[in-house]
Amino acid sequence: MTLLLETLKPYLLPLIRVLVVFLGISLIVAYLVYAERKILAHLQVRLGPMRVGPHGLLQPIADGLKLLLKEDIMPAGADKGVFLLAPVISVIAAFTAFSLIPFAPNFYITDVNVGLLFLIGISSLGILGIILGGWASNSHYPLLGALRSTAQLVSYEVALGFALVSALLLAGTLSMVAIVEAQQRQGVWFVFLQPVAFFILFVAAIAETNRNPFDLPEAESELVAGFHTEYSGFRFSLYFLAEYAAMILVSSIAVTLFLGGWLRPFARVRALDFLDFTPVAVLVLAAAWCFRECFRYPATREWRWQRLLLLGLGVGALGISAGLLLPARFLPGGGEGLPAFPALTAIQGVFWFMSKVFLFLFGFIWFRGTFPRYRFDQLMSLGWHFMIPVAIANVIFCSLAIVLSRQMGWGLPATLWLGTAATLLVAALLRREKA
Amino acid sequence: MAQPQDISTTVLGADEIILNMGPQHPATHGVLRVKLKLDGEKVIGSECIIGYLHRGVEKIGENRSYPQFAPYVDRTDYVAAVSNGLGYCEAVERLLGVEAPPRARWVRTILTELQRIASHLLWLGTHALDIGAITPVFYTFREREEILKIFEKYCGARLTTHAFRIGGLQYETYDGFEEDVKKFCRDFEEKVDEYGELLTENRIWVERTRNVGILTAQDAIDLGVTGPVLRGSGVRWDIRKAFPYAAYAQFEFDIPIGERGDTYDRYLVRMEEMRQARRIILQAVDSIPEGPILARVGKVIKPPPGEVYHSIEAPKGELGYYIVSDGTIQPYRLRIRPPSFINLEAFDKMVRGHLVADVVAIIGTLDIVLGEVDR
Amino acid sequence: MMFAQGSFYVLAAVAVVSALLVITRRNPVHSAIYLIVTLLSVALLYLQLQAEFIAAVQIILYIGGIMVLFLFVIMLVKLDVALRQPPFNQQWWVAGAAALVLAVELVGVIYLGRGTAALPQAPPGSLQPNTELIGRTLYQNYMLPFEIASLLLLVAMVGAVLMARRKAS
Repeated sequence: MTLLLETLKPYLLPLIRVLVVFLGISLIVAYLVYAERKILAHLQVRLGPMRVGPHGLLQPIADGLKLLLKEDIMPAGADKGVFLLAPVISVIAAFTAFSLIPFAPNFYITDVNVGLLFLIGISSLGILGIILGGWASNSHYPLLGALRSTAQLVSYEVALGFALVSALLLAGTLSMVAIVEAQQRQGVWFVFLQPVAFFILFVAAIAETNRNPFDLPEAESELVAGFHTEYSGFRFSLYFLAEYAAMILVSSIAVTLFLGGWLRPFARVRALDFLDFTPVAVLVLAAAWCFRECFRYPATREWRWQRLLLLGLGVGALGISAGLLLPARFLPGGGEGLPAFPALTAIQGVFWFMSKVFLFLFGFIWFRGTFPRYRFDQLMSLGWHFMIPVAIANVIFCSLAIVLSRQMGWGLPATLWLGTAATLLVAALLRREKA
Repeated sequence: MAQPQDISTTVLGADEIILNMGPQHPATHGVLRVKLKLDGEKVIGSECIIGYLHRGVEKIGENRSYPQFAPYVDRTDYVAAVSNGLGYCEAVERLLGVEAPPRARWVRTILTELQRIASHLLWLGTHALDIGAITPVFYTFREREEILKIFEKYCGARLTTHAFRIGGLQYETYDGFEEDVKKFCRDFEEKVDEYGELLTENRIWVERTRNVGILTAQDAIDLGVTGPVLRGSGVRWDIRKAFPYAAYAQFEFDIPIGERGDTYDRYLVRMEEMRQARRIILQAVDSIPEGPILARVGKVIKPPPGEVYHSIEAPKGELGYYIVSDGTIQPYRLRIRPPSFINLEAFDKMVRGHLVADVVAIIGTLDIVLGEVDR
Repeated sequence: MMFAQGSFYVLAAVAVVSALLVITRRNPVHSAIYLIVTLLSVALLYLQLQAEFIAAVQIILYIGGIMVLFLFVIMLVKLDVALRQPPFNQQWWVAGAAALVLAVELVGVIYLGRGTAALPQAPPGSLQPNTELIGRTLYQNYMLPFEIASLLLLVAMVGAVLMARRKAS
């Protein structure tokens, strides 16, 4: 028994991490859908889900149950094996990629020295699920959706690749952890050195995840539901899961490469160290909101469990924040060699990482509420005639800038900004030509 | 021995797809069914199949007395019921040779123009939704709701209002009618600009609508399209100006026209029409004359034998009623000239050579209502 | 060690079997899926050889790029016609015989030369930052051939575009 435990020991911690990441991402996806519905609703003078739980907080669970219990319909004439396989491919690809994301210096599943390349590779596997699903449905709308998806992915992957190269030039490594560490060492997030590359990455990421204004593969007013028109129930929910996991994934990549990953804003400024307490502040605010809502709800019988739920949430949030503030000297052993607030320090990385990811995701949702949809040819022309040339120009000018700053001893940021200015000039010229 | 085959016609012969859109499709505005012949995503031919909502409204008209038929016309273009009612009542009035009293005509003008705004708001929201902007529809429905509230307060119904009677109005305006209308107009001005902010200058919106579904002025006239579709092509034709009815002769307003006849021009025309409608309403509501609301038409409406064609400028175009009377209480023959049906004729001309995404934009810009197309 | 060997044989078997399925399936989409499986298992084999860069590039280029385009084209094909056509032509036995001869030859060469040409053991650890090594090799030692190869590909691409263009437009 102890032998078994001994042999399993090196696998145990990674396994726990895999489980935590898998469950965590699934939970975040569920509540991302809720957040999307709420945010969109408030952009559109509505309230969004309000019925299931206080402020609809239990809606994702109800949705999930509904999807699980629905009939699994397979169209006649569908290619059975491929039809069943396709959504699984999408989900596996989306979730596997998370194994390479460094959520915090003390929390990642693995770090490979070609991590970024693997990420791109695995995430491009996800597209196979969309293509095969669209084809296997044996129906015209999914087929058109799959065709659009293919063309879109192939075009925007190139721009995405060049945007990543711009960041890699600065980091000098493909390892995801080392990229963040490079930003820590240089004392600046790469977004401030490479704004154009960041912008291109952002746009390409929206295109890659088929989100508005590039949601052509599932354009509901044109293709009904695009590639997943014929999918229902659990299989549809797999696609859904994959799409939102992919959103989180591309946001994570962007955060790692350009927004300093797990680093706190102004991580080097000692005077702003009080920012370390932001997690506590957020939790306390959330608890305050829960208590306020709890007292605003009518004190009648049918609202009782909702009020209890809110109260429980509030108390839970307060409890966690108290736990975070547990000083080291109360720990067994006096907390020798530990930071003043061990729990707080431990979650710093994950907190800041996820905060930045949520910022990104909010952008995704905001765009969805604001923009009309591009047409297929416009999307292609934007990709090939604008994004790719600008991305290439950016790579060229920024590598020039890096070489110049090394040879001439000029300051790196200033030289890079010069390169960025040159890139912007190219972009302006491209726009003029088009108009 | 296998025959050598021309590869372009066999395995790789991926030339044409027939795509069936509708009658259940999110963007065909009801039960329109379109068969598209596609080359990749390019449309090389189209066929509209209609009739899924056919109820034989015109035939029903021959079997009902004149006042009995009035509620039926609300159900043709059901998002502009007030306009339908106005057209029918005025047609019968002309057959009878009576004219509604001034107060009735003023109120009719106000309600019809409100209905025009409501109809255009519905068009704007759904059109934007088709092109992928999901937010404007909620904003436009917010304002449309205010208009429907005025209708509800006036006659008790919101959608199929049956607001007018042959010879004038059945109901006097309610207390505070003028204030409600004025308040709506006051708020509405900046609301139109708000929609404009979301769309008019939006690059994606402009790219999606510019040069899409171009209809030249000559084509538009040849096909007989009317309303904003015709005016978008640059033809200054509006029945409110050409053959003024109700009280339109009394008010000042402009007829916006487009230049290129594309979807964006039609968008601009409709947006401007909403502003002009507001202008008409404001003029009308300040000058509602006092007096009776119903002309003397008698208890049984029995027009003398004869025929009449009367048309009005409905939100979607020329809405005409052709009624033949044989001197009984029922029309001998009744025919509606629905603007949607005739505007839909331009569909094939407009979609050819465009992409699937443009098809929904063009269905949206034609602003059809299937209740009216199929009758 | 045993784990490594075992996984090698499993991956190799998967690669070979699915490669066979690629050429025997009638439905081209199924063939494409099996080709993807083959490529994936080969990528994993690369990974086992500590060639991470090649493995990643194999996935990105062959699966993420080329296979996606393959599927794109296959989807436009009228499958019912393709299914009715014989998957092999009259010369399949010539190819089979040639392959058999080649296989015998390979086995024979390896068997006969087992004493003289021993396969060298990879020096442990020396290939570690292999992404950088490949970069240096390609862009410093073999700069000119690399650029010529990319020019060749560019010419091929332009040619393909020209040939595919329709005369009317």
